[in-house]
Amino acid sequence: MEIANAFALLTNFVILPAITYGAQLSLGALGVTIVFGILRFANFSHGELMSFGAMVTILTTHLLQTKGVSISPMPTALLALPAGILATIVIALLEDQIIFRFYRKNRSTPITFTIVSVGLMFFMAGLIRIIIGPNEHNFADGARFLISFRDFKAITGLDQGIAIRQTQLITLLVTLIVVISLFWFIYKTRWGKAMRAYSDNEDLALLSGINPERVVLIAWIIAGTLACIAGTLYSLDKIYKPFIFMQIMLPVFAATIIGGIGQPLGAVFGGFVVAFSEVTVTYSFKKFLAYLGPTNWEPEGLVQLLSTDYKYAVSFLVLILVLLVRPTGLIPGKTI
Amino acid sequence: MTKHVTIVYCITAIALLAVGLFQGWSIALNIFNLCIISAITALGVNIQWGYAGLFNVGVMGFTALGALTVVLVSMPKVQQAWLVAGNGLALSFLSLIAIVFFIILVRSLLPLTSRFRLPATIALLVIGYLLIGHFFLPTTKKIESINPILSGYLGGMGLPVLLSWPIAGMVAGLAAWLIGKVSLGLRADYLAIATLGISDIIIAIVKYEEWLSRGVRNVTGIPRPVPYEVNLVDLSWFISLTHFLGIIDINNAASLFVKLCYSILFVTVLAIILWFSEMALKSPWGRMMRAIRDNRDAAEAMGKDVNARYLQVFILGCAICGVAGAMLATFEGQLTPASYIPLRFTFLIWVMVILGGSGNNWGAILGGVIIWFLWVEVEPMGNWFMSIITINLSKNSAIATHLIAGASYTRYLLMGIILLLVMRFAPKGIIPAR
Repeated sequence: MEIANAFALLTNFVILPAITYGAQLSLGALGVTIVFGILRFANFSHGELMSFGAMVTILTTHLLQTKGVSISPMPTALLALPAGILATIVIALLEDQIIFRFYRKNRSTPITFTIVSVGLMFFMAGLIRIIIGPNEHNFADGARFLISFRDFKAITGLDQGIAIRQTQLITLLVTLIVVISLFWFIYKTRWGKAMRAYSDNEDLALLSGINPERVVLIAWIIAGTLACIAGTLYSLDKIYKPFIFMQIMLPVFAATIIGGIGQPLGAVFGGFVVAFSEVTVTYSFKKFLAYLGPTNWEPEGLVQLLSTDYKYAVSFLVLILVLLVRPTGLIPGKTI
Repeated sequence: MTKHVTIVYCITAIALLAVGLFQGWSIALNIFNLCIISAITALGVNIQWGYAGLFNVGVMGFTALGALTVVLVSMPKVQQAWLVAGNGLALSFLSLIAIVFFIILVRSLLPLTSRFRLPATIALLVIGYLLIGHFFLPTTKKIESINPILSGYLGGMGLPVLLSWPIAGMVAGLAAWLIGKVSLGLRADYLAIATLGISDIIIAIVKYEEWLSRGVRNVTGIPRPVPYEVNLVDLSWFISLTHFLGIIDINNAASLFVKLCYSILFVTVLAIILWFSEMALKSPWGRMMRAIRDNRDAAEAMGKDVNARYLQVFILGCAICGVAGAMLATFEGQLTPASYIPLRFTFLIWVMVILGGSGNNWGAILGGVIIWFLWVEVEPMGNWFMSIITINLSKNSAIATHLIAGASYTRYLLMGIILLLVMRFAPKGIIPAR
C-alpha cells in the first residue's frame, strides 16, 4: 500500500506533468528542427510564432464562445485550432516571402538569418502585445478533470490520488496524432523524401530536379502548424501570457540541440528529456521517500535537488551536459 | 566619410536638444545618460561581434552581474547577518574548496584509462553537493530571516561606489572566462543558444538567491558617486552659483546638476573605453582579430591561436558590458532583478550594434544613442499615434482603450522594423567599418 501511494504521488506530481510538458516542448522543438534542417539557421522568432498561433486560437475561441458554439465537454479551443493553424501558416509564409527569401537568394550566412529572426522576434512580440495585450488569458473551458483527485482516491482507496486533467489527455492525443502524421509525411511521401534529400545535400537535391522553393514552402507550412499547435496546447494546459514564449525558447532550443539539430526524432526525444529533468530536479521527494521508508520516518529537508525557481535553468544545464559528452546531440546528424 | 559621421552625430544631438526644449531638460539629461550607458554596452558587444564575429546573446547576464557587483561592493555591511551566518558561510566555502581539491586530486591520481575516473568524480560531486547543502541552506535561511523587510541579505562591503565599476568589469570578465572556456568551442548558433541560456541562469541566481541580492524584493538606496539634491540646495557655493546664473527654481537646478555630474562621469568612462577600443583596433592585435573574423581557417594556418583570441575578446567584451551594468545600477540607485528581460538587455543592444555599423566603434556608440532615444521616445509617439487612430471611436469603446493600452509596445514593433530594414538595405549599418 505504501509503495502504491508513493507511486501514485510520483505519477501525479512528476510523471504526468512531465509527459504533458514534454509533449508540448517536443512540438516546439520539431518546428525549430525542421526550419534548421531546411533553412539552416536557429530561428529565434519561433517562440513568437507559437505565441501568434495561440493568440489567434484564443481570439477565435472567444468569438465562438460569444456565439454560443461549444463542443462541451471538450474545450472550445479545439474547434478554434484550425483557424489558428491557418493564420500561423499564412504568417509563416509571409515572413518567408517578405523577409527570409531575400537572404536565401543571396546565400547569406546562417548568422545573418539568425539576426534577421531576432528582428522578426521583436516585430512579432510587439504585434502580439498590441493585438491581445500583455496580460494573461485563460481560455480553457469544458470539463476540467477526467478523473479528479478525490474520485481516484475513492476508487482505489489510496491516500494519494492521481488527477488527470482533460487538457493533459488532449495534449498527449494531439501530439501523438501530429507526430505520427509528420513522420509519415517525412518518411513515406514524395515531398517528405524531397525534404530529406534537400536537408541532406542541397546541391545534389537541386540536381535531381527538386524545387527548392517548394521544399522551403512545405517546411514553413509544417513549422507554422507545429508552432500553433504547440503554443495552443501549452497555453491551454497552463495559461497564455505573451512573455512566457520568450522564456520557453530556451527549453525548446535545448530540446532541439539535445536531440541533435535537424533530427525530428531527436527533437521529440529531447523534449521529453528536458521536461523530465526540469520536473524531477525541481520536485521535492520528501513525501515520496517518506512513503517508501520505514513507518513514521521522514527525510530531513525537502530532498529537492534545485529550488523550483531554477526551472528554466535546468534545461540549460542538461544541454551543457549533453554538449560536453556528445557535442552533436543524442541522435547525431544534420538531416531531417 | 568623416563628414557623414559628423552629420549623423549632429542630427542625434539636435534630437536630444529638441527633447530638452519640449519635454524638459531633466528628461533630456536622463535620456542622454542612459544613451551613454547603452553606447558602452554596445561597444562591448561590438568588440565581440564586430572585431571577432562572436554572436553573444548573453549580454543581459553580464549587465546583471555588473549591477550585482555594485550592490556587493558599495552597500553597507549587514553586521548582524555576518555574525549569525559567518560561520555557516565559511564552512560552506571551505567544503566547496575541499571538494574541488579532492576532485582534482582524484582525477590526477587515477590514470586516464581508469574505469573509476568518472564514477569517482560523480561520487565526489554528490558528496560535495550534500555537504555544501548541509551547511549552506540553513545559513541562507538565517540570513533571509534577519529583518526581512529592510535587509534580509548580507549587504555589501561598504566601499565607494565608483570602485565597484572596475570591479564589476573584473567580475563579468571572470564569469566570461569560465563561460568562454566551456562554450567558445561551439559553432556560431550553438554559442548563441549557450550564451542565451547562461544569461538566463545568471538572472535566475540574482533573482532567487535572496541572501545575496535580496532577489525580487530589490536593493534600493545604492550610494551615489555624486552629491544628493537635498544636500546641494543647502550648500552656499551652489546657491551663489544659481544666483550667478539667474536660476530661480533651485530644486530643479540641483536635480539638473546631479544628472550633469552623472553625464560627466559616464562620458569619461565612455571616452576611456572608446580610446582603448580604437587603439586596439588599429594595433596589430586588431588586424589579427579582423583576419580571424574574415577567415578563421586562414588565420589559424598563419599560426594564430584562434581559440585563445576568441576567449580574450569574449572576456573583454563581457567586462565592458559588466561595467555598463554597474553604471546603470548606480544611476538608477537600485538593483531590480525582475526588470532584466532579454528583449531589453540583450536583443536591444544587438539592434544598436547592427544599426550603428558592426565593427565600427563610432557606429556602435551612435547606434546605442539612437536606439535608446527611440526606445524611450517611441512611447509618447505611440500614444499619440494610437490616439489619432482612435479619434473617431468613442472614448470608452473597448477597441480604443485596448489600442491605447498597447501603445507602449509599439517600441517592440519599431525595433523589429529597424533591425529588419537595416539588415535588408544597409547591412553594414549607418557608419560602416573601414
